[in-house]
Amino acid sequence: MIKNFTVSVNNLRAAANACYSKSRHGLLAMFANDERPINGKFAIYCIFDGRNKKEMLLVKAVIDQHAPPEFPSLTPIIPAAAWFEREINDLFGLMPIDNTDLRPLVLHENWPLGVYPMRKDFDPRTVVPEAKKEFPMAHAHGEGVFEVPVGPIHAGIIEPGHFRFSQAGEAIIRLDAKLFFTHRGIEKTLEGMPIKRALFQVERICGACSVSHTLSFSQAVESVAKVEIPERAKLIRILIAELERLYNHVGDVGNLCAGLGFAVGTSNGARLKEYLMRLNETLTGNRFLRGMVVPGGVRNDLPGELLTQIAETIDKLEVDFIQLVELLQENDQFLDRVNTTGILPYQAAKELGVVGVAARASGVDYDLRRDKPYGGYEQIKFEVPLHRSGDVAARLWVRVDEALEATRIIRQMVTRIPVTAKKLKEPIPSIQPYSTGIGWSESPRGGNIHWLMMEEENRIYRYFVRSASYANWPALTVAVPGNILPDFPLINKSFELCYACLDR
Amino acid sequence: MLKILRKIMATGTVTESYDVTAVPARSRGEVREAKKCASCGACSSACPTGAVRLGNDDVTIDQRACIFCGNCIEACEHGALQQTGNYKLGELSNQLEEMGNELKAKIVRTLGRSLAIRHLDVGSCNACDWELTALGNPVYDLQQYGIDFVASPRHADMLMVTGVVTRNLTQALLMTYEAVPDPKLVMAVGACAASGRTFGESYAIQGGVDRFIPVDIYVPGCPPRPQALLYGLLLALDRIK
Ligand code: SF4
Repeated sequence: MIKNFTVSVNNLRAAANACYSKSRHGLLAMFANDERPINGKFAIYCIFDGRNKKEMLLVKAVIDQHAPPEFPSLTPIIPAAAWFEREINDLFGLMPIDNTDLRPLVLHENWPLGVYPMRKDFDPRTVVPEAKKEFPMAHAHGEGVFEVPVGPIHAGIIEPGHFRFSQAGEAIIRLDAKLFFTHRGIEKTLEGMPIKRALFQVERICGACSVSHTLSFSQAVESVAKVEIPERAKLIRILIAELERLYNHVGDVGNLCAGLGFAVGTSNGARLKEYLMRLNETLTGNRFLRGMVVPGGVRNDLPGELLTQIAETIDKLEVDFIQLVELLQENDQFLDRVNTTGILPYQAAKELGVVGVAARASGVDYDLRRDKPYGGYEQIKFEVPLHRSGDVAARLWVRVDEALEATRIIRQMVTRIPVTAKKLKEPIPSIQPYSTGIGWSESPRGGNIHWLMMEEENRIYRYFVRSASYANWPALTVAVPGNILPDFPLINKSFELCYACLDR
Repeated sequence: MLKILRKIMATGTVTESYDVTAVPARSRGEVREAKKCASCGACSSACPTGAVRLGNDDVTIDQRACIFCGNCIEACEHGALQQTGNYKLGELSNQLEEMGNELKAKIVRTLGRSLAIRHLDVGSCNACDWELTALGNPVYDLQQYGIDFVASPRHADMLMVTGVVTRNLTQALLMTYEAVPDPKLVMAVGACAASGRTFGESYAIQGGVDRFIPVDIYVPGCPPRPQALLYGLLLALDRIK
């Protein structure tokens, strides 16, 4: 249940503070909406986790269109608000007063000052001139301190991002990241788009989290449309979502080995991932499981023979995967590199609102599947693995445990799907204009939260995506300093953050 | 150590030649006209990327823009369209086709037996990137063809470009292209790079790759399967028999 509070902008901080102190996992998302065409106001929305399984708290602060375009920053009381506010400042030109870091985030030095693309009066077809500004990066000062710039184009097959390391010899003393290189403005392109078509863009926010994005999207649509999806669709969705977790985690265990040059681990992880990708294509026609989840249910059934094939593949893979994990667990050189490297302390994870594997490796026991159950997860049995050391090793072992747990969930689904009724999909009726909905899912990287406001003819008025990587990127800059530069790839891989998910 | 050796021995060789594994029945590949089209237009209004071109009495699919979603097929009441598992959709650009035979032979001679590739993401969702990574797994083992990924554009003969060109990566695209020594090849990987239309128009998107640099090979798909990428690579090197 979503508890809504609407306040004037002057009371935003007080209202947010009240919700924050009542919340379990803090601030989940914060974004702006240009509602001037509807009511003459801008709005700032903050979504907080509630105290119990059912509750989320939503604070909406309104800014009159004739008032100064600003709002009191929440960052001094809620550190997790920092990036959200910079994004709002960039895209809407609404300034968070008291936020001490208002460097641009989403729009780079090529974007002219004073042009706000997410405002409704910005026509998406506007040709925006190329600006030549400086992009300010943060760095450390001092005798002997030097900088190492890396990216945006990296040496491996990696998404683009620019890192600036301030170094004292081999030790990193500060890291700043310039991201949003793959910013495609998807939230803007979705505006005015019918939900049927929007689905395909949402599915392509990120490749590795395709299912999670379509799940959050579909659940947001279903919540505004007040549609309950058929039982069979729920179970198929869970199965597909767990397959996404499984192929990601298995692949990431292999990739982590690449971060420290353990070739046997790398190639075995890559081989096992390939078998899973092939299974994905056999089931859904796409190796990234695209095209399965749609608003109202699922598009295709998984008949008995495919379910049998899933069970057989998973059985074989599990044995193989456990052998791979044993190679890691018993290899002292490997353990030397991963233990105590890249520690994200519990307190930092908590304050930054870190989610998913990264949170659960630092002792933050939070998983949307269990703590805000959605889409049928409330009916199934599963464990949420927790580690506390917060280092590369902890993130690795959380992934290993979760991968094995995913195989158990998949097996449960394989036995439950055949006996449920055949229906796959409910139609989406006409949705009340300007109604709003939230959808969420636990992606392989953590909570993935989508918010939408509808307009006429089932079109989207505003869409907002807070992916897991969005929540976790700031944590990387906390975990890295104090480590040596050669360990950065390893630490980075252990967080396994998507750039595309963040940049949108 | 013994365990590592045992695992290597027990796994054996898993590498396969690029087209031996059959395509699964559900695989979503090329969409084509199967029966006479009634020109009702249902397909083209259902298509999320504007890939359907309606003629007077026929329909063609712009393979470069198609994301293989199958929406058009569901929308068609006449059963005129059909989805196949065909992934061998890589096509050479006119530029490469029209190049004199001698010049083409020279490029193939220079690059054909050992091709060094630099990957360049100019705004992808990372699905294409992951498929490039998959080319290096033991199953596809790109190196068996004398092809490999390298760390710097200065060591590369080819750029494999993924994603729609975003505003924030335009400079990186141009600089990376500049940094690759001649003769060089460019492959536009996936619907985004090949057409630039996956997300429509946006303040942050500049279009497809060929708006900025010459493209030699287009490999459609969303994302293209590793086998489709291998087909495209071998096609470019004139090694498809
Ligand atoms: S399969 Fe999808 S993207 Fe391709 S032509 Fe049909 S509707 Fe368009």
